[in-house]
Amino acid sequence: MAQFGNILLTVMYCLIGFLLAIAGIESIKAKDNPAHIGTGLFWLLLAVIFAFGTVIPYAVTGGIIVVIGILALFKQIQVGKIAPVDPKYAATAAKRIGGWVFFPSVVLAIVSIAIAQVKSLGPQAGQVGIGIGAAVSLIVAILLTHAPAKMIYQDSQRMVRSVGSAGILPQLLATLGAVFTAAGVGTLTAKLIANVFPAGNHLLGVILYCVAMAVFTIIMGNAFAAFAVITAAIGIPFVVAQGANPAVVAAIGMTAGYCGTLLTPMAANFNSLPVALLEMHDKMGVIKQQAPIAVFLLLVQIVLMYVLAF
Amino acid sequence: MEYLKLLGIVIIVLGFAFKWDTVAVVVIAALATGLLAGMDIPTLLTTLGQSFVQNRVVSLFFLTLPMIGLVESHGLKEVAVNGIQKMKSLTASRILNLYLIVRELGGVFGISLSGQVQFVRPLITPMVTAAAEVKRPLTEKDLDEIKGRSAAVDNFGNFFAQNLFVASGGVLLIVSTMTSLKHPVTGTQIVLYTIPVAVVTLVTVALYNIWFDRRFNDTKEGN
Repeated sequence: MAQFGNILLTVMYCLIGFLLAIAGIESIKAKDNPAHIGTGLFWLLLAVIFAFGTVIPYAVTGGIIVVIGILALFKQIQVGKIAPVDPKYAATAAKRIGGWVFFPSVVLAIVSIAIAQVKSLGPQAGQVGIGIGAAVSLIVAILLTHAPAKMIYQDSQRMVRSVGSAGILPQLLATLGAVFTAAGVGTLTAKLIANVFPAGNHLLGVILYCVAMAVFTIIMGNAFAAFAVITAAIGIPFVVAQGANPAVVAAIGMTAGYCGTLLTPMAANFNSLPVALLEMHDKMGVIKQQAPIAVFLLLVQIVLMYVLAF
Repeated sequence: MEYLKLLGIVIIVLGFAFKWDTVAVVVIAALATGLLAGMDIPTLLTTLGQSFVQNRVVSLFFLTLPMIGLVESHGLKEVAVNGIQKMKSLTASRILNLYLIVRELGGVFGISLSGQVQFVRPLITPMVTAAAEVKRPLTEKDLDEIKGRSAAVDNFGNFFAQNLFVASGGVLLIVSTMTSLKHPVTGTQIVLYTIPVAVVTLVTVALYNIWFDRRFNDTKEGN
């Protein structure tokens, strides 16, 4: 079954490749966009990586990513003008379909959660769930709207193209994280901090650990990565070794890192993806809404760790 | 010069701060880090390509876009607006707080969902927008703030409740890391000491959302 999950995942990546290819073809055809060739090329290159990722030599894929970076650098990837939803058609459809228009979204949520519980699918169950949920909910949406094939095609290419290059940013950042790890950036920065601050004072140790968790998460965009590095470099010598309860330190240390996640564009999955998905004008809009709460919760957690751990 | 490879971090911080093209910044930072860490070009390209392919899973949300596009062109927003206009008592903050509770409860039961794709975009944002629109016409800035707030509430609920589930990724990571650092802890202990933070988050964010309503109570149009 776990192997079945892997096969499904591969099929899903091929389908994403297909979607991206459609966006690429339509982008090239949109001649009113001055960067229509570059934008189309961007989607087509990505389509190739998604559909054939494990077949192509990794060095070639790396080269393709460099090409995408060059296209972006010279502003050759642009969303351009995309025909918006026809409000008259939408209003008429709204009257006919009514509240059932939410049903496909509910199906997506329920099916993806249900499939994620199938333990025999292995560690990919959650991801396979999203794929199957997407497929089932699309079928439900087609049955519900009676949309013709041409309309499904148009809506798909409209959605993918409007997400633009921001849509691929989360994956690029995850890639950067992997390069950081391979280059030993995390261990080096941890060593630097451990050299500057002396150990001893309980409260200072707690502040140093919590703030370092948040700051390193801000830099790396990933609290899990920060936790492994910072707990070894700061949490253990500066807090736990001073007599603190390790469970309290670890539990609150991790959530202190999440405060950093709320503050950083590096956590693109949470902070940049919504900007693209919701078509926001302010690229930092999500982080601005999160900042007051993040700073307040960090202070609360410093107090909680100090009170509960010693 | 070992420290040179930290230049990648500098590039990222400056690039995002000065709003350079984000895709270009990330690619340049990755290349700079690899080269300054002493990787040769074939190794660097292989690392880059392999990591990118292995992280394709992050982009799975593309699969949900055809369905979302289809319901959008068939009046998703219009229906949400009609529905909210009928329920005049449902303010923006009540919708947001209801969603926050749903998200935290999901965390307790180990139900992790990609809320931004499955709920915030298709459901929460249109509903909050419609609820706010009942009070007064919305400016572009209002719309951006509503979108940002809806996405933020999803993140609050997701982050600070996920470690309440004993088999969640975060808890498992903490337990394995602490064990390898020779200070073993159990998953149940981690869940126990996460409860205070989850409760404080719930209360604080609920008040924060109620405060958010105030700006829409102005009958005159905002700037």
